[in-house]
Amino acid sequence: MTDLTRMSATELVDLMARGEASSADIVSAHLARIHQVEPTIHAFLHVADRALEQAGEIDRKRAAGDSLPTTAGLPLAVKDVLCTTDMPTTAGSRILEGYYPPYDATVVTKCHEAGLISLGKTNMDEFAMGSSTEHSGYGPTANPWDVTRTPGGSGGGSAAAVAAFEAPLALGSDTGGSIRQPSALTGTVGFKPTYGGVSRYGVIALASSLDQVGPVARSVTDAALLQDIISGHDPNDSTSIPTPWPSMFDAAVAASKNPSVKGLKVGRITQLDTDGFQPSVRNRYHETLEMLSSQGAEIIDIDAPHFDYAVSAYYLILPAEASSNLAKFDSVRFGLRVTPTDGPLTVEDVMAATREAGFGDEVKRRIILGTYALSAGYYDAYYGSAQKVRTLIQQDFANAFSQVDVLATPAAPHTAFRLGEQLDDPLAMYANDMTTIPANLAGVPGLALPMGLDPDNGLPIGLQLMAPAHADQRLFEVGGSMEALINDAFGGPVWSRVPEVSAGGAK
Amino acid sequence: MSEMTPDQVRHLAVLARIALTEDEVTKLAGELSLIVDAVEKVQEVATDDVVPTSHPVPLGMVTRPDVVGQTLTPQQVLQAAPDHDGELFRVTAILGEEQ
Repeated sequence: MTDLTRMSATELVDLMARGEASSADIVSAHLARIHQVEPTIHAFLHVADRALEQAGEIDRKRAAGDSLPTTAGLPLAVKDVLCTTDMPTTAGSRILEGYYPPYDATVVTKCHEAGLISLGKTNMDEFAMGSSTEHSGYGPTANPWDVTRTPGGSGGGSAAAVAAFEAPLALGSDTGGSIRQPSALTGTVGFKPTYGGVSRYGVIALASSLDQVGPVARSVTDAALLQDIISGHDPNDSTSIPTPWPSMFDAAVAASKNPSVKGLKVGRITQLDTDGFQPSVRNRYHETLEMLSSQGAEIIDIDAPHFDYAVSAYYLILPAEASSNLAKFDSVRFGLRVTPTDGPLTVEDVMAATREAGFGDEVKRRIILGTYALSAGYYDAYYGSAQKVRTLIQQDFANAFSQVDVLATPAAPHTAFRLGEQLDDPLAMYANDMTTIPANLAGVPGLALPMGLDPDNGLPIGLQLMAPAHADQRLFEVGGSMEALINDAFGGPVWSRVPEVSAGGAK
Repeated sequence: MSEMTPDQVRHLAVLARIALTEDEVTKLAGELSLIVDAVEKVQEVATDDVVPTSHPVPLGMVTRPDVVGQTLTPQQVLQAAPDHDGELFRVTAILGEEQ
């Protein structure tokens, strides 16, 4: 029998519809795969103990002729930033070790309504602060392409789980690139919707004006399938867009069946094609643009001068908002409490001791930075200035989209780096998201998909597509076409070249 | 060139309620000096004529009908608390002796 873990979510849906595989078959194949590779990959912080039982229930209902969504029975990996009542929710932090929230995130509820079965919670940098998963309070995740390297972050667990065939679909969250950069480093597809496209109710907040939830998969069509499940208005999130969304899945399927970029205007942002990028990434990016051009697309150079200020603005806005959002970890209502032994004590001493013990280095660094950026006398110079840069970046995007249909950039400035390589250099780590941050600052959607492998080290290289706010469907049309053309030129999907994970650590 | 002093870091840590160790204070003062130096770059283009943007996709005032929505029971709210008495969160004294 074919290996169910190598199949796409779309193929698994068809197999279940035809009665050729049960949900129990599919879920047990993925649980076996998790059992096999987790000692090496560590994509999961928690593996669900009721997944197989839930699959059995779906199978019984389907056999009895109950009306079920076509997706019912598909397995899903859930990033640990999402609240789940039936699994611990830590956001990768020791301060929330063993925490069970009293309600489910709206996206988790929507996935349950679609019959998806949670396999477990995936690893991440603590509170999504990081680009490598090395800032997780529970140890890093390894990249399935080379287990001595990082899968990116913060959603390295979701990306690695999908790349290592532990799950066909995963949920991620993207504040400055936490879905798209890991996708680039693991050869997977990741989508950050328009700000407000997916509810954040029950998502442990990092930076509220930037956070967005989205899908991770091995193909554009599968990402679209999950996006259609999770998108839509939620009265519990006041930033949720009330307008209904067209089907991303239909757009992706149509494009992958009849791929075409003829007449498409594709923008190359000159500020994101510089010597600061790894040469092999730039080469592959240029080859991809040439291929698109030979297929009839028009490549247009776009000047976005304020993109050079995006990372700086982001590292003022994010810490400022995070320092406020993380004030809730106060040792009173949930999570850790550490009581110092020397008294007399007030609740503030207990809070300070708890936060000292429960937060990791990167979280402390950003909270202190955010507290500084918001403090009296500095607010206008830092937070206020960063918000003005945000306006300028939105203007750069508006100017770009008056000339082109989509923007195409490398999804990350380099391929997967070695574990430990950037851990002691915060500024180097922050630069990982230079390609992805502008979309968050402007609220526009971004789709990362593989565009090939680095000839030197065999690691995947990602392409990022961006469209105007609300034009998410355009990214699935264009992305579906580009994926088909890239795979055609490459001789198959990029994910199929991932080496087999050896059980004993480094390859 | 910005310089973050250890005293500034200690003060910020008090505001942020994090009991940093002296080693952390020293390390953070060095790291944050570099980071602030890098992010200060925003001031080059943030001129008076630029309007700040707080939300990327603004929706204006969002309201809902004034009816009771989803609520949690006290037990649900208290189940994850480090300490409670069955009805209320239990905490260490709010005020110190000198207050």
